[in-house]
Amino acid sequence: MNTFLRKRFLEQILVMFGREPRKPEAVSEEARQIHLVKRTTNKEKLQAAAAHAEAHMNTSHKWRNRRWITLALVNLFFVFSYYFDVQILEGALTASRFIGFHLIDLNSALQVMLAHKHIITNLLIGTATVLVLWILFGGRSFCSWVCPYHLLAEWAEKIHLRLMREKLVTDAPVDRRLRTVFWIVFALLAVATGYTVYEAISPTGIVSRALIYGPGLALLWVLALLVFEVFFVRRAWCRYACPIGLTYGVVGIFTPLRIKYTLESCFHEGNCRKVCLVPHVLDTVIKGRAVHTEVPIGPDCTRCGLCVDVCPTGSLTFDVKGLSKLL
Amino acid sequence: MSDEDKPDDRPVPPGKPKPPPLSRAKRQELRRKFLRTVLLTGGIVGAGLSGFLPLVYARKPRLRPPGALDEKDFLASCIKCGQCVQVCPVDAIKLADLIDGVGVGAPYIDARSQACDFSCDAVQCILACPTGSLTYDKPAFMPVRPGAQLAAKPILIPKEKDPEPTLNLSERMGVARLTRPEMCLAIKGKGFKGPARGHSFRGKMRYMRIDRWKPVPIAEVRYEVEECDLCVRECPIKGAISIETVYAPDGTQRKSPVVHEPCVGCGVCEMICPTEPVSIEIVPREVWRA
Repeated sequence: MNTFLRKRFLEQILVMFGREPRKPEAVSEEARQIHLVKRTTNKEKLQAAAAHAEAHMNTSHKWRNRRWITLALVNLFFVFSYYFDVQILEGALTASRFIGFHLIDLNSALQVMLAHKHIITNLLIGTATVLVLWILFGGRSFCSWVCPYHLLAEWAEKIHLRLMREKLVTDAPVDRRLRTVFWIVFALLAVATGYTVYEAISPTGIVSRALIYGPGLALLWVLALLVFEVFFVRRAWCRYACPIGLTYGVVGIFTPLRIKYTLESCFHEGNCRKVCLVPHVLDTVIKGRAVHTEVPIGPDCTRCGLCVDVCPTGSLTFDVKGLSKLL
Repeated sequence: MSDEDKPDDRPVPPGKPKPPPLSRAKRQELRRKFLRTVLLTGGIVGAGLSGFLPLVYARKPRLRPPGALDEKDFLASCIKCGQCVQVCPVDAIKLADLIDGVGVGAPYIDARSQACDFSCDAVQCILACPTGSLTYDKPAFMPVRPGAQLAAKPILIPKEKDPEPTLNLSERMGVARLTRPEMCLAIKGKGFKGPARGHSFRGKMRYMRIDRWKPVPIAEVRYEVEECDLCVRECPIKGAISIETVYAPDGTQRKSPVVHEPCVGCGVCEMICPTEPVSIEIVPREVWRA
């Protein structure tokens, strides 16, 4: 109990015996500042500030939970379809058949096309189907809503951030152009060697196959990547290496589904940039950067919704281009 | 005085102010970031290229599922989805692990533990393959190795009486070869009693005499033969193997399994062979030499 409170405690006892309450001689520094604010600020602004502070406290996990459930369901659908032999979704994430319709991952298809240099009809149909699918559903949403490695990396990131708070590790960022370089290198390797070199190290394919067909030694490579991300570079694979992400990012150029930023309500606190896998897409939220009152977030965005969850003012929302006009 | 610290007395073009020189700490940070980037590039490209090591060391070739393209084309075109694994009624197809390098996730058959017995009748794995890695119709521009081509479409004994008795295969997976004649019970003139591979063997096979459509565990099937002919008896391909009388160098007469041209290399003989180690094996990718 501090001195101010102790004095008041004795005072209250005297009040009980009949003394009239008096204005205190001195108040604590913290209280003095708040009193000062209350004298000088108008009430509406104060209430708004309080509401904003409360919004910060009540961080929702709505989109994250929906996303994790979707990701788990999609991957378990593959697993159970094989396990119970119901033959609805056959194959793995690299290529599959959904009730007979071919679905082929764009990056795997690209690797095969470049390495094999011969494209059969089924491969073309499957690739086109998936292309249309992800144009509708937002390009890199494949990453955050489907890719099983993304989920593992998200958990590894939590450990990394925890260790960072404890000052045990630091994030050592890498040049983002690296991913473009990798994309080109793996494409050239496929063409030049005639082997789908990237497929051999793709954690997406490895984890997906491990879930469906049982674990193998290849998971050690995935584990090594996760350890690297925990101790050295935050989200290294997804941010700086994965060519699948870039492939779907390109699809994201043509998709109507994106996150929309509203300038007016934004407080420019930058919490969205702290949780984002690809903070460079959120540069528009920096004070003075928005080119218009409403700005769509760029194609590299994975539509994971973490920023939507964390934003206390609702300035970031899911949006389908042209849909609001249509309705 | 270093270059960066000198006052810039050149005329500044209008509208394009020269960026202020970077601080020492910032330059150091950029240099470190560059080094990290280079290291990560090396690490991941290195990991990717390490996939070629198994090729360089020329590991024992894998027996691929029926209809597989030649090894290099096969690995180039396989998308590693495992749909062939899922449709196989006897679970003969497995996916390769990390030790196969660039072949990781590509399907293979370990015939000794579970051979392809064509109990699916239509070669389902070929039908399932989305990229044409396993195919009935090899593109015309891909060369066929001499001897890989089957002289005629193989006749599948279980559907010999069907209107369409053949398997739509044009190339063989390999060829069976009596690799350990000294072990072979037929050559020794011995018979065989009991389950072919013991009670704990987990392989399955279709037995027409038991069930036309459902493969049963081999451990449940008891054999009792005067002279061992299991490889011939269970071979699913018509005319691929027979027991013949052969003459040893010393002039003595004995029985021996002899492999013929229709052999597609499915591996049933290798799986069913009761000797340990196995007497007859599939040589993957082997071609027919007359």
